[in-house]
Amino acid sequence: METLSIFGHFVMGSARVVTHGTRGFYLWIAFLAALIATGALAYSNQLTHGLITTNMRDQLSWGFYIGNFAFLVGVAAAAVVVVMPAYVYEWKPLKDVVLLAELMALAAMVMCILFVVVDVGRPERLWHLLPGIGNPNFPYSLLVWDILVLNGYFVINLFIVTYLLFKTYAGQEYNSSFIMPVIFLSIPLAISIHTVTAFLFMGLKARPFWHTAILAPRFLASAFCSGPALLLLTFQVLRRVGRIAISNEALYKLGELLAYAMAVNLFFLGMEVFTEFYAPTAHVIHADFQWFGVHGQRETGIATYTWLAFAANVGALLVFMIPLLRRRLPLLSAACVLAAAGVFIEKGMGLLLPGMTPDMLGEVYRYHPSLNEVLVGVGVWGVGALAFTLMAKVAMAIDRGELRYQHSEARPIGPGSWRR
Amino acid sequence: MKDRERGETRPVRGASRREFLKTAAVGVGALAGVPGAARAFDLEAFFQKHLRELSNQDIEGVLRRLEDKYSRQYGKPVRVAATGPLDGVVYGYGLDIGRCIGCRRCVYACVEENNQSRDPEIHWIRVLEFEREQAIRSIDLEKGNPYYDHEKVPAEGMFYLPVQCQQCDDSPCTNVCPTGATWMDPDGIVVIDYDWCIGCRYCMASCPYGARHFNWSEPRIPTDELNPDTHLLGNRPRPKGVVEKCTFCIQRVRQGRYPACVEACPVGARKFGNLLDPSSEIRYLLAKKRTFVLKAELATRPKFFYFYG
Repeated sequence: METLSIFGHFVMGSARVVTHGTRGFYLWIAFLAALIATGALAYSNQLTHGLITTNMRDQLSWGFYIGNFAFLVGVAAAAVVVVMPAYVYEWKPLKDVVLLAELMALAAMVMCILFVVVDVGRPERLWHLLPGIGNPNFPYSLLVWDILVLNGYFVINLFIVTYLLFKTYAGQEYNSSFIMPVIFLSIPLAISIHTVTAFLFMGLKARPFWHTAILAPRFLASAFCSGPALLLLTFQVLRRVGRIAISNEALYKLGELLAYAMAVNLFFLGMEVFTEFYAPTAHVIHADFQWFGVHGQRETGIATYTWLAFAANVGALLVFMIPLLRRRLPLLSAACVLAAAGVFIEKGMGLLLPGMTPDMLGEVYRYHPSLNEVLVGVGVWGVGALAFTLMAKVAMAIDRGELRYQHSEARPIGPGSWRR
Repeated sequence: MKDRERGETRPVRGASRREFLKTAAVGVGALAGVPGAARAFDLEAFFQKHLRELSNQDIEGVLRRLEDKYSRQYGKPVRVAATGPLDGVVYGYGLDIGRCIGCRRCVYACVEENNQSRDPEIHWIRVLEFEREQAIRSIDLEKGNPYYDHEKVPAEGMFYLPVQCQQCDDSPCTNVCPTGATWMDPDGIVVIDYDWCIGCRYCMASCPYGARHFNWSEPRIPTDELNPDTHLLGNRPRPKGVVEKCTFCIQRVRQGRYPACVEACPVGARKFGNLLDPSSEIRYLLAKKRTFVLKAELATRPKFFYFYG
C-alpha cells in the first residue's frame, strides 16, 4: 500500500518535471509540437482521401513508412548493445547510460507502432489483430509474430525502466534477483524483434531480393550500427542540456563497439553483393536496380543513395576502427551521423525499393515518397522525439537527485541506483 | 487451432438462385425506408465479426445491410449474395497464349462484371506484350510491356500473356494475412472479406503474380455502370483502403456460369471448368495440351494454366 502511495508521488513528480523547464526546453517542445501538428494534418489528409496521398501504388505497395519501420525496429533492438555490457559484464561507464539507451528503445518502439498504423488502409480495424476479439492468423502470419514480440519487448522495457527509476526515486536499492532475470529476458527479445522483422521480408518467396538467409543477420548488424550511433549523439546532447554525468569513456566504448558492428555489417553486404553479381540469375535485376538503376536509363532511382550509403558506412568504419580518430569527439560524432544516415538509407528505401522494383510482372515503377507521406513521417518522428525527451527528462532529474521521495525515513542516496 | 486453409463460407451452402433473390428483395424492401438506419448500421458494421465466425442468420443480416447501403448509394436495387461453394467442384482455368491476340476485351469485361473502380482505374487482368523473337529464349517478365497501345492487335511480331490471380493451391497471400481476412474456399477460389481486411498490403508483397490490388482511394463506379448482381466475397462495391482481386467471378461460377473473361474472349483462348470432373473441357485440355504455370519454381501450385504451341 505504501509502495502504491509512493508510486502516486512518483507519477505526480514526473508530471511536474516534464511540465517545467528552461526556455530552451519549452522551445524544443514547441518545435516538436509543431512537427507533430504538421504530421497530424497530413495524416488527416491521408485518412480523408486514402493512401492515394502517398506515392505508393500497386506496383510498389510498401514504401517510406515501412522503410522507417524497419530502421526503427533496429534502433529499438540496438539497446541491447548497451544493455549487454552494462548488466552482463557490469561495465561501469556503460551502466551509467544504460537507462537512457532503454528509453531510446521505448521511443523507437512508439515510432515503430505508429509507422505501421499510418501504413494500413483501415486503421480503425486494427483490433482485428487482437487475440480474443479479433482473428490473428497465428502462427502462419509473420506480421502477427512481429506484433507479439514488439509488444512484448515494449512492455518488458517499460517495466524495467519504470522499476529502476521508481526504486531510485523511492530511495531504495533495486532488488537484483528480481529485476536481473527480467533484464536478461529483454536481451533475446531485442534480438527477436529484429529477427522477426527481417522474417517479414525473408518469408516472401515472391521477392527474391528479400528471400535470402543473410537478411536477418544484416538487419541485426546494421541495427547495431544505427542504434548506438544515435545513442552516442544523443548522449552528448543530454550531457550538455541535462547536466547529467556521462563519461567520455562510455562514448569511446560505444565507438569501439560500433567498429565491430559496422565491419560485420559491411562484410554481410559484401556476401550479398558477391552472391548477386558473381553468379547472376534473372533475379539480379533487383540488385542491379539497387546499385545501378535499370534499363540503362539516366535516372538512377535508388542507386545514387545506395552508393552514398556505402561511402558513409565505409567512412564511419574508418573512424570507429582507428583509436586515434575515434577518441576525438567531433570526429566520432561525425562518424555517427554517417553511420546513422548510411543505415537509414540502406535499411529504409534501400531495402524496400529494390525489393519491389521491378514489380512482380516486371514493371519499373519509380517511387519517391510524396510530400504528404514525408510529413506524416516527420510527425511520427516528432512523437518519438517528444516521448524520448519527456522520459529522459524524468530519468535525468531522478539521476541528479532532484526528483526524490521526500516523506518518511527514506534515506537519500546518490545518483541513479541503476548506475551501481 | 482453426483450419484456415480449407475453411468454407458457411452461408447458404448450395442455396438456389431463386431463394437468394427472394430474400434479397425482401431485405431491400424492409430496410429501404427506415430513417436513421444508416448510422446505426455503420456502428454494426464496425463491430462486425470475422465472416467465418458469423452464423447464417448473422450473415443474412450483413447481406441485407449491404444491399440497403449499396441500393441507396447507387439509386438502384443491388443484390448481395453469399452463395457457398458447390460440392465436388474445384475450379481450374486455362489460357492458350497461342491464341490470345492482346485485345484486352477480357480486361474490360472483368472491370464491368466485377465493379472495379473506374477512377482510379483498377484492372484485375493485366496483359503483357512481348516480342516474339525475345520470348523464344524464355519469358522474361521484365521485357513485357503492359502499356502497349496499337491501332490493331495483334501487333506484328508480338505475343501476349494475360495475367490475373492464379488461384494458387498453396497461396502465399492467405498465409501472410495477419487477420485471416483472405482464405481459400473449398472450391479453390481465394477470397477476401472486405469487411475484415485491415489494408496492411502484406498479401500484395507476398503475391508473385501482382494479382492483388489496393483501393488507394475511394473507388468510383458510375451508377449506370454498376453491376447489381453481386457476391459478398466477390464483386460487391469495395470500400477504400482494402485489397481486392480476381475471384474467377465467384458470383457467376457458383451458379454454373462462366467467368466474364471467358465469355468475352473473341478467340476462345480462355477455358474454364471443374478440375474434379474427368469429363470437363479443362481436364481434356490439360491432358492434351502442352501446359505451363507461371513461376513454377515458387511452388505456389496455381490452378491457372497456360497452353502453348
